[in-house]
Amino acid sequence: MTDLVEHEARPAPPPAPPASLKSRHRSEAFARRLRARHAAERRFRLAGAAAVGLAALMLVLLLGSIVSKGYSAFWEARIRLEVTLDPAEVADRNYNALLRRALYAQFPQVTDRAGKRTLNDLLSSGAPYELEAMVVKDPAIVGTTRTLWVRADDEIDQLLKGHYRRDLPEAERGLSDAKVAAADALLASAALAQGFNTTLFTAGDSREPEQAGVGGAIVGSLLTLLVTMALSVPVGVAAAVYLEEFAPKTRWTDLIEVNINNLAAVPSIIFGLLGLAVFLGFFGMPRSAPLVGGLVMALMTLPVIIIASRVALKAVPPSIREAALGIGASPLQTVLHHVLPLAMPGILTGTIIGMARALGETAPLLMIGMVAFIVDVPHGLTDSATVLPVQIYMWADSPERAFTERTSAAILILLGFLILMNGLAVILRKMFERRW
Amino acid sequence: MTTRTHVFTAAALALALSGAAGAAQAQSRDQIRAVGSSTVFPFTTAVAEAFGKTGKFKTPVVESTGTGGGLKLFCAGVGPAHPDIANASRRIKKSEIDQCAANGVTTMTELKIGYDGIALASSKKAPPVALSTVLLWKALAKEVPVNGALVANPYKLWSDIDPSLPKAAIEVLGPPPTSGTRDTFNELVMLEGCRKLAEVAAAVPDDKARERACMTIREDGGYVEAGENDNLIVQKLGANPNAFGVFGYSYLDQNHDTLQAATMDGVALTAETVAAGRYELSRPLYIYVKNAHAGVIPGIREFIGEYTSERALGDDGYLVDKGLIPEPKALREAARVLAVNLTPLQF
Repeated sequence: MTDLVEHEARPAPPPAPPASLKSRHRSEAFARRLRARHAAERRFRLAGAAAVGLAALMLVLLLGSIVSKGYSAFWEARIRLEVTLDPAEVADRNYNALLRRALYAQFPQVTDRAGKRTLNDLLSSGAPYELEAMVVKDPAIVGTTRTLWVRADDEIDQLLKGHYRRDLPEAERGLSDAKVAAADALLASAALAQGFNTTLFTAGDSREPEQAGVGGAIVGSLLTLLVTMALSVPVGVAAAVYLEEFAPKTRWTDLIEVNINNLAAVPSIIFGLLGLAVFLGFFGMPRSAPLVGGLVMALMTLPVIIIASRVALKAVPPSIREAALGIGASPLQTVLHHVLPLAMPGILTGTIIGMARALGETAPLLMIGMVAFIVDVPHGLTDSATVLPVQIYMWADSPERAFTERTSAAILILLGFLILMNGLAVILRKMFERRW
Repeated sequence: MTTRTHVFTAAALALALSGAAGAAQAQSRDQIRAVGSSTVFPFTTAVAEAFGKTGKFKTPVVESTGTGGGLKLFCAGVGPAHPDIANASRRIKKSEIDQCAANGVTTMTELKIGYDGIALASSKKAPPVALSTVLLWKALAKEVPVNGALVANPYKLWSDIDPSLPKAAIEVLGPPPTSGTRDTFNELVMLEGCRKLAEVAAAVPDDKARERACMTIREDGGYVEAGENDNLIVQKLGANPNAFGVFGYSYLDQNHDTLQAATMDGVALTAETVAAGRYELSRPLYIYVKNAHAGVIPGIREFIGEYTSERALGDDGYLVDKGLIPEPKALREAARVLAVNLTPLQF
């Protein structure tokens, strides 16, 4: 009797017990037990809150470190030049000379070869190509003088962002005094400034940090995910529907179920080895292709999708099926018209989480050659391509210090995509969810 | 029943179609493919990019697979499915050449692109240190000779080995056994340092056993395997001024403001000492080109031309900016002529 009452007693603050029971609850033992249980409750809540707090702290530390290192990569240094587009030089495609002439004009005192070489190094080696693209896009500008903001070399960019220590002597700084002086002179005449770094989003990989971007990797990731989705969703959902709704419960289906659960836990590198042996070795598909990457990822995400879909199908109450069958629907109609639509939110959530996992995967791609230096942005499923996490891995391993911030920026972009996908999963679930 | 069948058919069709497309693609290739050493990777990628910018050919695809893995892929056969170029941080081995020949890769061109120096660097916060291969071997070997017999390495502090060295715990951060840098480190430091000690030869007369004893690195915390990422080692050195790091010259070159390299037997690590062959811990870097692919895969000769051009490999070339130490000019010229003519490697 006491036990029952004790269960009903609410945790802090304990409400005053009803008058009729009061006498029973005044015993010393009861008060002690109640205090002990309240203390246990408080301890448990505190431990839980501490766990959440610790996880949040780690997340803040991780994000804080990535954001603080990476945010500066979204800006890049540009140099203002008054470029005269001399038709003769343009015809020779000698854009480098045009840019250099404009730069020398800002430093009339520099006449010696060494000094000019220092000035040449201020500009990105990609600047002439930028100018060429501009001329190809709008040939009318040939023969005019234009004020252009041309991309600066990554060393100047890093100097502007304070990643070089100006107080150190020249030999230790890694950047010559002459370059620092030239950059300062440009800054003084407002001809050196930072602008938004669009290259980071549009360009493919490059060995020159200021010309490197994740554009190629994003397209590669999208192509890979496209193949993955096109294969794993229909096959996965069909397999789940068959296993859950149609297959007889025999030893064979049990065996298949165990195997599916096992496959979901297989390390992803194994799928890469499988891809290497089957898709590259047996079918002779090209290395580094998003098609092969997508196939491998599809194999990897299939078990995840099957398991999530089966759970979603199982959660549909049997009354739905019975009602459908009861008014004369065939088993297939029951599944397609009633059960599957109701299970869709769960299936979608599982699929998107599986896709998000595939988006963050690098290990299986190592084996099929997608961990590679690829400059050209891929245009098709069989073009050589790499993916976002691989790009991050490769930049993290590059010695140039300007890649440090770009690595963090690429991580932020990948995190952005993951948040987008997981957010979509939440929204879809909220939109279609039914409660019984 | 029909809808489900449709789904299955569609999936099967997609698989078959994509397979056919892939097979068709593998028949021809208009893009050079290179594989191999992670040490040569930054140089070959830089050349690939410059080559791609000339606009005549597609930018080559370069994979970083390690020297051994790369040569294995390179030697797997002739045809568009196999890479055209292998990057190597050591010379190709006899066994690999045999493997190549067995798969039909009978002629290849060897190009020595230059050298990489291995740095033993520490934070600038610590005083500069003069090391030698013998000292390093004594610091890192699992067993060292004491009174004529090999015993478990008793040295805990650098000053235990030589009183002139700092009174700091021995802690060297280096690459794991899978790395090419580690192979070179084993060969140039562990084996060479050990050979210079007469006591080891006296204690272990058997050649094979001695070599094993020489190459075994201590496991009690003196040597820390810091992973393949050299940037990580650079960061850790900043946090721990007593530690030394083992990595390639290009990382030292990029981090002169925070790191200093120890001198090795009195020779400082600079591009000049490596090129002159005076700095001991250096290794030659190679690329291998499959001759059978020249003329089949477009641009191979032109790519070699770009690689050996003065604007890449010269004293002011862009590869030097990336940390490569080129050979002297006369040797470069000779190597260029051989490479551009695809003169086969003679075994």
